[in-house]
Amino acid sequence: MATIYIDNHPYQVQAGKNLLETCLTLGKDLPYFCWHPAMGSIGACRQCAVKVYKDENDTKGKLFMSCMEQVRDGMRISIADLEAKEFRAHIIGWLMTNHPHDCAVCDEGGACHLQDMTVMTGHNYRAYTFQKRTYRNQYLGPFLNHEMNRCIQCYRCVRYYKDYAGGKDLDVFAAHNHLYFGRAEDGVLESEFSGNLAEVCPTGVFTDKTLKQHYTRKWDLTSAASVCHHCSLGCNTIAGERYGTLRNITNRYNGEVNGYFLCDRGRFGYEFVNSPGRIRKPLVRSRLPEATEKYPALKAATSAIRAGRVIGIGSPRASLESNYVLKKLVGEDNFHHGVSDVDHDLVDLSLSILRNGPARTPSLREVEKADAVFILGEDLTNTAPMLALAVRQSVRQKPILEEVSQAKIPVWQDAAVRELVQSEKGPLFIAHYTHTKLDELATQTFFDSTDTIARLGFAVANIIDPDSPEVRKISEEGQELAQQIADALMAAKNPLIISGTSSGSERVLKAAANIAQALVAREKAAGISLVVPECNSMGLALLGGHKLESAFEAVMNGYADTVIILENDLYRRAGSATIDQFLKNCKQVIALDHLHNATTEKADILLPAAPFSEADGTLVNNEGRAQRFFQVHPVPEEIQESWHWLAEIGTIMAIEEISNWHGYDDIVKAIAKEYPELEGVSKTAPPTDFRIAGQRIPREPHRFSGRTAMLANINVSEPKPAEDPDSPLSYTMEGYRGQPPSSMIPFFWTPGWNSNQQATNKYQEEVGGHLKGGDPGVRLITPSGTASYSTAVPQRFVPLEGHLYMLPLHHTYGSEELSNQSPSIRERIPEPYVAINAADAIRMKVDEGQLLSFSIEGQIYQLPVKLSQTIPSGSAGMPNGLPGVPFAELPAWAILNRDIKWKQQPQTTF
Amino acid sequence: MFSLLRSMWLTFLHAFHKRETILYPEEKPILPTRWRGRIVLTRDPDGGERCVACNLCAAACPVDCIALQPTEDETGRRYPDFFRINFSRCIFCGYCEEACPTYAIQLIPDFEMGEYNRQNLVYEKKDLLINGQGKYHGYNYYKVAGMAIGGKDKGEAENELPPVDIKSLLP
Repeated sequence: MATIYIDNHPYQVQAGKNLLETCLTLGKDLPYFCWHPAMGSIGACRQCAVKVYKDENDTKGKLFMSCMEQVRDGMRISIADLEAKEFRAHIIGWLMTNHPHDCAVCDEGGACHLQDMTVMTGHNYRAYTFQKRTYRNQYLGPFLNHEMNRCIQCYRCVRYYKDYAGGKDLDVFAAHNHLYFGRAEDGVLESEFSGNLAEVCPTGVFTDKTLKQHYTRKWDLTSAASVCHHCSLGCNTIAGERYGTLRNITNRYNGEVNGYFLCDRGRFGYEFVNSPGRIRKPLVRSRLPEATEKYPALKAATSAIRAGRVIGIGSPRASLESNYVLKKLVGEDNFHHGVSDVDHDLVDLSLSILRNGPARTPSLREVEKADAVFILGEDLTNTAPMLALAVRQSVRQKPILEEVSQAKIPVWQDAAVRELVQSEKGPLFIAHYTHTKLDELATQTFFDSTDTIARLGFAVANIIDPDSPEVRKISEEGQELAQQIADALMAAKNPLIISGTSSGSERVLKAAANIAQALVAREKAAGISLVVPECNSMGLALLGGHKLESAFEAVMNGYADTVIILENDLYRRAGSATIDQFLKNCKQVIALDHLHNATTEKADILLPAAPFSEADGTLVNNEGRAQRFFQVHPVPEEIQESWHWLAEIGTIMAIEEISNWHGYDDIVKAIAKEYPELEGVSKTAPPTDFRIAGQRIPREPHRFSGRTAMLANINVSEPKPAEDPDSPLSYTMEGYRGQPPSSMIPFFWTPGWNSNQQATNKYQEEVGGHLKGGDPGVRLITPSGTASYSTAVPQRFVPLEGHLYMLPLHHTYGSEELSNQSPSIRERIPEPYVAINAADAIRMKVDEGQLLSFSIEGQIYQLPVKLSQTIPSGSAGMPNGLPGVPFAELPAWAILNRDIKWKQQPQTTF
Repeated sequence: MFSLLRSMWLTFLHAFHKRETILYPEEKPILPTRWRGRIVLTRDPDGGERCVACNLCAAACPVDCIALQPTEDETGRRYPDFFRINFSRCIFCGYCEEACPTYAIQLIPDFEMGEYNRQNLVYEKKDLLINGQGKYHGYNYYKVAGMAIGGKDKGEAENELPPVDIKSLLP
């Protein structure tokens, strides 16, 4: 702790931070541009100047850039000093000399840091009378719009894109007053994190292109705290609505999870909500017209359930509440997980590793602090992009811990730190069967089949702790690599093992668990992070349920004849022949979903389930963190959460427990009571009757416009605003004006700070730290440490003649069901292909682009060949979940429809 | 007593004064041009829609009676997809006109907006948009703003240099 004097007022602050950070943490309004809490200081914009005095007798003082100055005990500074104020006003004046006169047509307007800072410094009129510099814009792909004229040369974009996110294709060009921030030529920005540029840029150079299609100012959005539904990490988002459609997704800061950033799938995947393929009316297919109202549909569903023997199929992309109510409705024995059997087993295994293993699973923020990472069988950039971004930061940990602290450079001195560290990286080992974007950072990469990766993992564990099972017949190179990895992990303070379900291999997961366990056995603070397939896979596993296979059997054997399918396209979970057969044998199929798909087409009764922005619920992410998402805007009564539909059916059927529930809170309480492990779910957000000073939390900012005109075309008498029975939020602008509890912040705004990222400062305990009142989310899983070492060391992979071992390949854009329906994401989805080993291709006499036909479990595929140097010989990679590629439960043996002979491979590793 | 008589006398004199009362509606009142009456949307000197759908009027409106949705044509010129004013709520304060950065929205000296049916006081863009510049002549926002739109490329706005050649450093 240190005492500093700001304008002669003493403050107790943390030593070692920079002055700007400290002033902002103290709640002072000090303008800045180039500094960013996640990226540190470079002192480029000169905006944050303050007066620093030598001692109390010094009256003159000197101007210092506060972002470059370290806090020292007894320091005396002045923000209000006239000279400093004038200096800051001049700087803005200069930055604005070339700024175009286009705030009115700029998408940043109303959430613009440059606007805020211009107002804050009091720069009102342009004094510069000469001509303005102009630039040509570039096409940057479907996500971002480019308007270079607005640039103020703060360098935040390239520092974020290149230094922080590891992008290659955005840079600064030209020199002096001609600086140009863009690509070398027009084209799609390659990074999966490019969307953050829209928030990182303090003005409107990079703006959200999807928002532009239905533009709305920040002050006109009805927004609510939401949680991303597009992968298992559960990043916090803010979803904004206007005129009944969802307009954009912005980052919602969570100090433990996503921090300041989101991936593009999460940011731009929201458009499926506005899709014309949405189910907006209940359908009862047995009558005409099919589309009906809420109550006839409920009646039809109830009588179908009463008449039949019913089973329920849950979903990993539906909320915990929806799955729970379904389970209650159909009964414990009749509840099945709507996931492929491979996924079911792998997620269960992941859960048991987290539950019973000794190692703790870290949050994303803790991943950033890991100083040695070993990734087994997971292509993070494509399966859990934000985890890849966190790993990118973690490779800087070791040099920062060792060299930077030795050189006595504060970590926030970004330019100096990068100069010192250069390209030096901490240990990162990646074992996978295909190239990943993180390979460029890796100390060593290892490409082989999943079994061989698992063998490497077991070998590493065995070296760390000889009590763990031994790997027999291991090659010398393999042993050497295992030794190197083990040494690096043992040398680290916070080693981290990352694995997951995406390679479809239990053995890889078990190997990862063994390494983590071995590290803990050697008293290392090791972490294990496991990626699971979908946003609520972990929640579903915590609820428990039977496999999908047993649902099929139940219907085939006549045990059941009616099925309730919850938010699930079964054609993505099992082979189409199986599902066809299954649905045909069901007397009644009741489906609940947001979008029309192959399964809903076959449903007899279809109920429109509310997607994330129109629903309340809880998701459990891959670290077992339960997080609440809130409904953003009121919807017609025919669209409601699945749990709402199912609870109403239960009430009509007079199931006692269900009819006793009177709203969301009762369901959450019932979950907490029934599953002690899920008790935390009831603490994720304040209860429905929570009020501050008797008031609800408004979803709309005080400046929200158009209340009395929005619906005037329908009826000039304004309807009564909708009331939210499920949360303490109001759908209007009326309510408590202060800061709400951290778990339900609908938007970040404080007087003078309109931009999302910068207004966040005022909601944090310290800038860049945790939110006031603690970061949202409740961790449900505490490792018990009861597990013993897995002994399932696999044999090395042996190719099978006439077959290819198909491994799943994942894509950021394309592998996730809902985001695939978003037009901007769809532009980025790759064409279907099959990746085969280059040497195999020669042997099979196929070339890049030629069609390869094969069959998996009777499903015939014909896909163009893509050559890969890394896919192990005898196996191949197939994109997972891509539109147009029929489902296959991967990994699986594919039978080749042409005769090929396998030459015995000389075994080099393992 | 005197003051009573005086008052009666003064009142009597008014019978010979110039009449302030006019026989509306047969006779129309003459209003100053800055009278804040019915709201219109105007066009720029080239006949294009002046409104760029920036939402500032809606934000300034104290009764929130303006609602609009911005959209863009294929050249990037922004305009309101719909623009709705609920005149049954409007208090004719003129804040929208003050907030407008393009002189698009203007209050004109027309107050004859009586309706039997309140619904008829909801004006859409087709009711608001006039074929003229209104009170402020000669201003064209896009001639000043740095956005490129159809018929005006980068560097062609007022006070602008031609676009930078970013390859000037290349040999």
